[in-house]
This record gives sequence, structure tokens and C-alpha cells, in this order.
Amino acid sequence: MKLILDYNIVEACRKDAEIIASQIQTMIDQHSTVAVERTILRMLGIDGVNEFDIPYVNVVVDHIKSTADIRKGVAYYLAKVIEKENLTPQAIAEAISKKTINLADYDSPEKPNIELLTPHLETTEAQIRAQKATRKQWQKETQFPEKYVIVATGNIYEDIEQAISAAKKGADIIAVIRTTGQSLLDYVPHGATTEGFGGTYATQENFRLMRKALDEVSKTENRYIKLVNYASGLCMPEIAAMGAIERLDMMLNDSLYGIIFRDINMKRTFVDQYFSRVISAYAEITINTGEDNYLTTSDAFDHAHTVIASQFINEQFAKKASMPETLMGLGHAYEIDPNLENSFSYEIAQAQLSRQLFPNAPLKYMPPTKHMTGDIFQGTMQNTLFNIASVITQQNIHLLGMLTEAIHTPFMSDRAIALNNANYMYKAFKDFAATIDIKEGSLIDQRAKTVLNEAKQLLDTIREEGLFKTLEKGTFAGVSRKETQGKGLDGVFKKANVYQNPVIDRMLASLKEGTS
Amino acid sequence: MSRFIRPYGDTMNDGKVQLSFTLPVENNAHGEACAKAYAETLKIHDVAVVHAETLSEEYTFFVVYGTASEQLDPSTIKATEVESDVMDKAEIEAFIEKNFNRTLTFIGASTGTDAHTVGIDAIMNMKGYSGHYGLERYKHINAINLGSQVDNEALLEAAIEHQADVILISQTVTQKDVHIQNLTAFIELLEAENKRDDFIVIIGGARISHHLAKELGYDAGFGPKKFAFHVASFAVQALLEKEKNV
Repeated sequence: MKLILDYNIVEACRKDAEIIASQIQTMIDQHSTVAVERTILRMLGIDGVNEFDIPYVNVVVDHIKSTADIRKGVAYYLAKVIEKENLTPQAIAEAISKKTINLADYDSPEKPNIELLTPHLETTEAQIRAQKATRKQWQKETQFPEKYVIVATGNIYEDIEQAISAAKKGADIIAVIRTTGQSLLDYVPHGATTEGFGGTYATQENFRLMRKALDEVSKTENRYIKLVNYASGLCMPEIAAMGAIERLDMMLNDSLYGIIFRDINMKRTFVDQYFSRVISAYAEITINTGEDNYLTTSDAFDHAHTVIASQFINEQFAKKASMPETLMGLGHAYEIDPNLENSFSYEIAQAQLSRQLFPNAPLKYMPPTKHMTGDIFQGTMQNTLFNIASVITQQNIHLLGMLTEAIHTPFMSDRAIALNNANYMYKAFKDFAATIDIKEGSLIDQRAKTVLNEAKQLLDTIREEGLFKTLEKGTFAGVSRKETQGKGLDGVFKKANVYQNPVIDRMLASLKEGTS
Repeated sequence: MSRFIRPYGDTMNDGKVQLSFTLPVENNAHGEACAKAYAETLKIHDVAVVHAETLSEEYTFFVVYGTASEQLDPSTIKATEVESDVMDKAEIEAFIEKNFNRTLTFIGASTGTDAHTVGIDAIMNMKGYSGHYGLERYKHINAINLGSQVDNEALLEAAIEHQADVILISQTVTQKDVHIQNLTAFIELLEAENKRDDFIVIIGGARISHHLAKELGYDAGFGPKKFAFHVASFAVQALLEKEKNV
């Protein structure tokens, strides 16, 4: 089953998106953020919280912001202190917390010896490499689509129970939904947590506990169960680093989502997403982009082209971060109103279009949510059609639709019913796509071409006016955001001449050599 | 006249019900017996366990049919009436269009020491909560979300600056009733500045009730399971009422 597409248009879309991303990249390269700096500290091995439960990485960055010059970056100051005092990064952080060291005292005209940080970075990089090797060992031939379910109890220990049950019923990927509001915290909470609102805190300890439980069930089930969390919000790159260290396999990570749906400042988001994607590329973590969210607010039929345009933009931002296409889990969704005549054909057109535009990307396909009601029987039918669309258009990361979507976070049984439905449809439609063709001039063919043309027009406009302006106009999901507004803007700063980010330099070098 | 009813399967008052639930038992004869016995404790008899499915070693999902023995006189049942008309998003937008010659500004914050934005985000943010869009998504509403840990003075200042029509205050997690002190202080501030009548002021949160809100001097209070459309329905009607009286 294939759409006959005009690949000149496709190439033009890519070119537009490349120009759009390049315009932003110029700004990205000139700036850093408090989250980027905290990530460098985590990569240097700084962990834990002080007696007031403030993470040491925040203590250090806040200290530099208030008493020294954050524009020079944390690497500058840590290299200087190490040269003079021969302390570990962790010891420096603890001394700053106890106020026995003031980094302003280490400002001097001499160049910092950044090489002094290398042994500490190597320790963390070795950890990440070991995690990659473990994952590679496990990974056999992956079956597509991979069945993805969520757990969201708020209590990591309860999440583990539910995740084990889902894995045993056939789930391939487990996502731990994050507690509402964490995206707007400018720090990462610490330790194992048992309370949350509609989800569980993303902490390094929670990552470790869930990964350990999934490793055990992977052994008994004899297939690797992947773990997902969110490298998003104000701590995007920090969480990417934590995920790399604890062997998460996928991270929700979108270049626009935080701006649009969480009112996070656009500069902050772009700078943070770049570093987080470099880390994920280095750690071979698949990212999941969030285009599906546009359709939960805007109409899925009228705004289908915004999804395609955003996929092209997300692809180019990921390329800027040296991420291979095989890690780009570009997102889309089955969200057309079920009351619309021919809704299934339109969904097939959209899903097949995404498939052909991004042939190497592990596409992330989201189930119906917007038009799910308390009618669980109708909901099951919607999920069935979604499952069929997914298998015949060969989607990769298949989020299972829950019949109780509009009612509560999934019961254990809801997940089992969803897995049974998906398994049945995969089996029933296994070779169906190979036996049919899409007629030229047919409804599906016409629809796909229309959406692609509209995406092209939109990308042309964005290229001409720039992404900042587009976001201000509210093109995506009908939400308008301004460059000078939004959360986290006070954590963005222009780099001084002496600024260095040795983490990104080392990771990019390694990605370019292909030795990571 | 009283009459008693039971669920309808295929004959009047046959009491037929379907249930599905998971028990922490193994999927075997003993597990099925447990499911049957459990349904009987719910006053269902002639229980048929029609489906049993293993979820993991310790959990089994059951589908059960049976006959409910309890009956009910519908004439004895009262439904609670809603105070103000609850409108959906489209109706609220139409209401504003019809009754106001302008965009209405809603300004919101989680105030005091409360760092939780979950409540105010659920009401204001584009995505809303549980499938109900937030106020940002509403036509004719300019929704300004100041976020968390906003102090009372800053909230009032912003409300004046933006010429807000409605102020929304969220208190999600509080200790030792600090939310009451904080909410009382805001009303006192409004009154001291002679601004109480300039705004419709609404509070919300897990421990907030309409009763408490009225007691503290607010126009309304919304507790759990209330969404943007509930808040907006009340606000636009209260605002119209207020403007009529000017």
C-alpha cells in the first residue's frame, strides 16, 4: 500500500524546515540556560540534595547567578576551583551549599583549564556507554508496531506492580506519566516518591527503581521492555541526562510542546531541547515528539497539515543535534471526529503520509483521546479502528487506546483489554496492506496530497516570517506565545566569550566520529 | 405513587446486571469461586462468571452476570439542582458575544506559599484537564495565568494592570489551614484598596467549597471535579449581573 507522492514537494518541505531550524540554531548557539548548566553539573557527577532538600546542582547554579557571572558557565568556575583546590565537583557543590566557597573569588583573567573536568565527565560517559551496551545486548529483532502503555498511579511502587502486569500481558514499552505540574518546576525532585497528581514524579531514583523492575520482567518474559519518561519542561536536558544514566529507552521531547502547552519561554525551550537531543542521540534514546497534542485542541481534520509541518521542523531540530533518523519518534494521532463520514479513510491518509515522509523514523502514533467519552463500548470500537490504521500503515510506537480514556487513569484490566484488542488486530491485518493499493484520485490519495500541499504552504510562511513570529501568531494549536514572555525566561543567558560546554562538545565530537 | 424497579435485562424487573472487576487472586477454580462469592456479597445472585483472564500471576480480571436482588422506588430519589446555569464552552463563548461588547480578562494564580499549579493550570491552560479545555482556549476570554507562589499584592497589581474582569485563585496543597489566612488576607487587601467591587473573585482547590468561599467573602468557590466551563459559566453570569447593577 503506497501513496503516489510528488517528492519534489517533500524535498521542498525539508528544505524549508532546514532553513527554519537554522534560523533558530543561530540563537541557540549563542545562549545557555540554568537547566543546561545544571545538566553539565550532573554529568560531572554532582548528585543529591542539601539539608533544605535543594538539589546541589541548583545550589551551585543559583550561587553563580547571584554572586558570580553565570554567562561564563559552570564549567569555567568548576575548572578554576579544581585547579586551585583539587576538590571533586561534588565536594565543591557541598562547600558552596555550606558557604565555605564563593565562586566569585575564582574569577580571573586566565583561561580556565577545562581539561581538568575530563576525568569526571569520562566517569559519567562510561556509565552511559555501559547502559547502551546492555540495551544492545537485549535488543533483538523488534516487532512492529511496539505496544506502548502508560502507568500513572502517582506512587512508583504501585506503578511497578502495574508495569509488570502490563509487560506480562504483552506490552513492549512502559511510560511512567509524570505528575501534573512537574514541567514547570525549575528543579528535579530527589528520591523515590509515592504521591503525585495524575502521575508520578520523574526522579532519578524512580527511574532506577522502574528500570530494575522492568529488567527483571524482561528476563522472565525473554524480551526487552522499554521504559519511557519525559525530557520536557523546565528541566528538559537534566532529565535527558538522568535518563541516559539510568537507561531509559525513550523520552518525550518536543521542540515546541513546552512553548505552546506549558507557556515556557521559546528561547528557553529551544536552547534546552537542543542539549537534551544531543544527550539522547549520544545515549541512543529514542525521542517522542508531541504533534498529537495539536489535535487534542485544534480540529484533527482541519489542522492535519500543522502536524506534518511540525514533524518536518522537529526532524530538522533533531538533525541539528546530530540525532540519527532512527531515533526520531515523530508524533501524530488518530483524533478525527468519529461522526465525520469517511473518518477512517482520512486517518489512513494521514498515517500513511507520515509513514512515507519519514521512512526511517520510528513514528509514534497516539490513540483517540479527544472524542472518547464515558461510552466504553463505543470507545473500544474507536480503539479497534485506530489499531487497524496503525498496523496497515506500519506505525512503530503504538500507544494503546484505553476504553476508559475519558474516565480515569487506566485500571490494570483496561490495559489488558487494550493489549488484547491490539494483538487481535495485528494478527488479523498482518499482511493486509501488502495486498491493496491506494487508487490514484481516490479519497485517500486526494486527502494525503491536500495535507502535504497545505503543510508545504505553512512551511513556506514559517520560513518567511520565522518560527518566533509563527508562534506569536498562534499557528500551532491556536495558541499564541511571545518571545519575551513565558516561564523560565529569567534562566536564559547569553554566553560570554570564555563560556564552554564541554559535555556538548565531547558528545558532538563522539557522534560525528560515530564512536559513541 | 410508589413503584419499585430493578435493572432491566430482557424482562421487566429481572434485575440482570453485568459487572467487570479485577481480584488479586490466581486464575483457577479457586479464583473463579472467589469472583462468584464476591459478587454475592454485592447482593447479586445466580452469578455466572462468564470470563476470567489472567493479568499477572496474582491478578485476574472477571466478567460476571447475575441478578441484583435490591430494588428501588424512584419517587424517593432527589437530584441536586445546580445553582447557576452550567454552560459548555461554545455556549459560554456565545454568551459573552451576546452580552458583552469586549473580550473578558480572567487573571489567575496559585497564591501564597503554594507551589502547585495543577489547579490553576487545569482551569486556565490551553489543554485544560480531563478533556475539558482551559480558559486559554475560549474565544472572547483573555486568560492570564500568573503561575504559582504569587503573593496577594502582586496578584492585585496584575489584575489592575490588565483591567481584569475576573480573578481566579487556586489553593491546592496547604498546611495548617494557611490557605484560609491567605485567602482572608486577599479579601482584606481588596477592601483596603477599595477594589472589591471591581472584580468577580473566585477561589478553587481540593479543600475549597462554595460555602467556604462565601464565608470568606468571595463570589464563588469550586472544589474537586470542577472544570473551566463550570468556573466560566458562573463568572460570565455573575459579571453580567454585576454590570447590570452598576
